[in-house]
Amino acid sequence: MLTKRIIACLDVHDGRVVKGVQFVDLVDAGDPATQAARHAREGADEIVLLDITATHEGRKTLLDTVRRTALELFVPFCVGGGIRSARDAEQVFEAGADKVSINSAALADPMLIDAIGRSFGAQAVVVAIDARRNPEAADPVRNAQVFVSGGRKPAGRCVVEWAREAEARGAGEILLTSMDSDGMRNGFDCELTAAVSEAVSIPVIASGGAGTVAHFAEVFAGGKADAALAASIFHFGVSSARSLKEELALAGIPVRLPC
Amino acid sequence: MRVTVIDYKAGNLTSVLKALRHLGAEPEVTDGELSLVDSAERIVLPGVGHFNATDRLDSTGLTSAIREAIARGVPFLGICVGMQWLYAGSSEAPGQPGLGYFSEQCERFPEAQEKVPHVGWNSLEVRSGSRLLAGVEPGEFVYFTHSYKGPVTTHTAAVSQYIVPFSAAVERDNVVGVQFHPEKSGATGLKILNNFLNWSSKGTSC
Repeated sequence: MLTKRIIACLDVHDGRVVKGVQFVDLVDAGDPATQAARHAREGADEIVLLDITATHEGRKTLLDTVRRTALELFVPFCVGGGIRSARDAEQVFEAGADKVSINSAALADPMLIDAIGRSFGAQAVVVAIDARRNPEAADPVRNAQVFVSGGRKPAGRCVVEWAREAEARGAGEILLTSMDSDGMRNGFDCELTAAVSEAVSIPVIASGGAGTVAHFAEVFAGGKADAALAASIFHFGVSSARSLKEELALAGIPVRLPC
Repeated sequence: MRVTVIDYKAGNLTSVLKALRHLGAEPEVTDGELSLVDSAERIVLPGVGHFNATDRLDSTGLTSAIREAIARGVPFLGICVGMQWLYAGSSEAPGQPGLGYFSEQCERFPEAQEKVPHVGWNSLEVRSGSRLLAGVEPGEFVYFTHSYKGPVTTHTAAVSQYIVPFSAAVERDNVVGVQFHPEKSGATGLKILNNFLNWSSKGTSC
């Protein structure tokens, strides 16, 4: 039986794992290669490394970080942040990533999705969408808006429509982050996740808001997510993917166990 | 162990090479140098993406060289599209023949409520007697990402279920194929790759 994936997410800044609330107030949370290996050992189904460094020097550091992290990692490994061109993506693949996650660059130039998909296959292209509900619309979920710049600036696109376009252009997965929920530990935005998951045939990874095991069970059942991203629940030894999955199995969610 | 990895410009080989090196093999990559196929102790044909990409194997002469190597008894492993290529063809690219080592056709998953592609960790039902999957316990999980699949036949070594049962692994003499990605399937995947590397030419796995 196909299982729901628990994906460990590492936000990386200048070669270090960091954690902040809604992308501010960053706190050091360790070495990326060490953390990735630990998550894989502790049962994570996949690792995502999101680079939040903006500088040119930081990009070189990132490739080195990806290389070190990928070396002994034998589960799927996705890298995002600052990938602006097919050439950027190629360098990240050569460093050992299996997938790249693209966000604002895809909004600025949607052909980037086609270009990376053509060269590396759709399975290698994850389109990340930072979303906020639209409180002014009659249906705030269906009219949720895409945001850029770490959730500060509206992109002028509707989330569901952009997810459909990304799929049509050859994206292999959607990584949907609810900016309303991110870092709050009050649960995923299940309604928004379900709206996107029902609109596309590719997997949707839910992100933003995980705080308890029940939140994961909710986003897999009601939210129709195929995978869920977790960062803060893993850091600082709160829990492990394995213990999370053991509890999800008890709640009737199919997960990879033993792992 | 000299492992020749075939590059037909369908995706990224880094992960496969990394896993082979981790297991102590010395992989060499060729995109048309036939001598590397002629001297290979093992051949691995990875591949993601579209079945169409395999036309490059024909135009570079690799198809003939691989066919001869298989006839000499060199162990061959196809991964994902590389496994589908062992069949007669795929409805993904009807004009493009496969190797035809298995006579059936690969087809897209049928329309259903479930999503296509099939992406994620799914369990294996291993058929007894598989050398490739020796030591893999019932229900162990491996990582898949694909929209087309090979049918279950007498040469199926493991079945997985998604919408329908399909061949997760095939095995016949020195030729094996896996629909999943052993290089991305944790300890289970490495065990399977290791079985392939330790395959003896006499037909027993050690």
